[in-house]
Amino acid sequence: MSNWDNNPVLAIEHLTMRFGGLVAVGDLSFNVGRGDITALIGPNGAGKTTVFNCATGFYKPTEGRIVMNRANGEHYLLERMPDFQISAKAKVARTFQNIRLFGGMTLLENLMVAQHNPLMLASNFTIGGVFGLSGFKSAERKAVDKARYWLDKTGLLDRADGPAADLPYGDQRRLEIARAMCSGPELLCLDEPAAGLNPKESAELNTLLNAIRDEHATSILLIEHDMSVVMEISDHVVVLDYGEKISDGTPEQVKNDPKVIAAYLGVPDDEVDDVEEEVGL
Amino acid sequence: MSNLKKDSLFAGSVKDAAAGGLVALALFGMMIGMQADVATGLGGQLGINYRWGAVAIAVVIVFAGRLLLNLFVWKSDKPVTRTVGSLLPKASSFSGLGRFATPVFLVLAVVLPFLLTYFLGTRGSRQYLDLAILVTTYVMLGWGLNIVVGLAGLLDLGYVAFYAVGAYSYALLAQYFGFSFWVCLPLAGILAAFWGIILGFPVLRLRGDYLAIVTLAFGEIIRVVLLNWYDFTGGPDGLSNIPRPSFFGLDFERGEGNFADFFGLEYNSIHRIIFLYYVILAMALVTNLVTMRLRKLPIGRAWEALREDEIACRSLGINTTNTKLTAFALGAMFGGFAGSFFATRQGFISPESFTFMESAVILAIVVLGGLGSQIGVVIAAVVMIGGFEFFRGLEEYRMLVFGLLMVVIMVWRPRGLISVRTPSISLSGKAKGISADLVQEGHG
Repeated sequence: MSNWDNNPVLAIEHLTMRFGGLVAVGDLSFNVGRGDITALIGPNGAGKTTVFNCATGFYKPTEGRIVMNRANGEHYLLERMPDFQISAKAKVARTFQNIRLFGGMTLLENLMVAQHNPLMLASNFTIGGVFGLSGFKSAERKAVDKARYWLDKTGLLDRADGPAADLPYGDQRRLEIARAMCSGPELLCLDEPAAGLNPKESAELNTLLNAIRDEHATSILLIEHDMSVVMEISDHVVVLDYGEKISDGTPEQVKNDPKVIAAYLGVPDDEVDDVEEEVGL
Repeated sequence: MSNLKKDSLFAGSVKDAAAGGLVALALFGMMIGMQADVATGLGGQLGINYRWGAVAIAVVIVFAGRLLLNLFVWKSDKPVTRTVGSLLPKASSFSGLGRFATPVFLVLAVVLPFLLTYFLGTRGSRQYLDLAILVTTYVMLGWGLNIVVGLAGLLDLGYVAFYAVGAYSYALLAQYFGFSFWVCLPLAGILAAFWGIILGFPVLRLRGDYLAIVTLAFGEIIRVVLLNWYDFTGGPDGLSNIPRPSFFGLDFERGEGNFADFFGLEYNSIHRIIFLYYVILAMALVTNLVTMRLRKLPIGRAWEALREDEIACRSLGINTTNTKLTAFALGAMFGGFAGSFFATRQGFISPESFTFMESAVILAIVVLGGLGSQIGVVIAAVVMIGGFEFFRGLEEYRMLVFGLLMVVIMVWRPRGLISVRTPSISLSGKAKGISADLVQEGHG
């Protein structure tokens, strides 16, 4: 039996999301395995981002259940939690399709904001911090060290004191990942992390994601259109089309699933081989 | 060839200016040329005064102005504005200003009463000290509002409500319970903060223009309640005989056991003015100190992050509800402190003092100074309040001058006088200021 069914970090069960008459996601169930890199793929408008928004609390699903199983044995029903608690308590972090950085703040500040909750606790909810109690100073130093680690990891250390809005596109994507990691997540949801990256940056991203998975006990769920990223690094691929799951398995299995090929390429089954060869799948 | 070009430039300019003059004639012919007036000689009948001379002057001004602008700016190869523009200080040259200006301002503020009394004597310096107290009050209000508008990016048009709550808290507590200023000061702050939270709750979901309108309404509600609750607040009559603050129990009165007597000084009414000045200066500096400190704490960073991107904040586990409420509460608290000072200084308050105009002036100070900039607020308050009072001699024209000045400043520096954001923390120890172009203004 596969890792994702044995030991799921996130279980999405019968998730349905309707916007008025439009069914964006219909009765979707899949598991995200602990320690896996899971890719959620599908044509444009398939409902991938809607699934993300449901899992991270930005949408309240119409039906269904989303269960987060933390490593310490706690379970959280994400569909019932306010969005900020999903990050704070259930330890699910996310990035956005259209990058959302704090542009007017420095890179370091961006990563400090991500550590808001532990720092808030250390500053006795600001009261201790205002009077300069010692506990906060050491907590802040630790937070800066953590930020420094992630800046180093993403190759942004030399721009730490510059504004985030000044970064080139690829760096902004990596900073957003670093920021999400600073909140100490057990599940990292990445919405099209490789969009707009050149092949070199895309390869660096693969290395970074593998490092996050291997060294930080963080499972990754990602939406991606770049098949080179998906096929190379993911352990598990879920394919959506029109809000429904059409395939679920290892990259090998999914790649050869005729339904997937049809959804992606939109060709009759007998022409699939030719087109497949053409795009190098 | 160049001669020909010059000719056509001149001819074109004249033609354009003439067209402008014609439009001006059509407009001003009605607006300036005819004045509806109650003619005294005709037994109170409505008559029309014709003022063709004034129309001629207006048209000539438009024609000449447009001609000059055409010749030297719009159609010229080398616009004069560019030469003038290069003479004005660049935005970047202001980034270092804060560092040098802060100690200078601080020292000047501390020694100001002595400077004034030394050079102008006690009698002559009194009006300037009063003005200094007024300016410092607005600096404190500006700093308080800066937390809400500058840091958290929540546009608050009803800030004067908290000023009123603070003032009335003190006045009412003193009237009904006989509490002294120093007991009421913290109470007024707490009550104002409480009202800040009450306002905060309904507006949490609102953004931008909608937030501004609701806060504006809130400011008016407070004022209207104060105006109409006659039995409790005295309504339009206001509250008078508000007790003055004491210096560690020593009153500023003539006679034995009071301030002058205790220190062996000759009694002079200026002592109380100087004391009030130091009280408001200390209160303003505490406001500034707390704000600067909060900026470096997680709550301050969360405010700024909220201004930059609220959705990203929520995805990082920040409780945006609490963050917004703390911003409202703290901003309101400082407004409340300033309000109770206002009450004790005036000795008399009425709802008249808390109109929307006050909110607008405080907001203008924050915007003109540069959102989020502490020293910018000081400069803007000195320019706006000090300048406004200083040119009282110009009478109604000062409004005109004031408006023009505002327009010029906003054209020259659209993001306020000090539009550079200083990072709250630095890895290398030498983080540069961040240009305002990159900093969001907040959407409520």
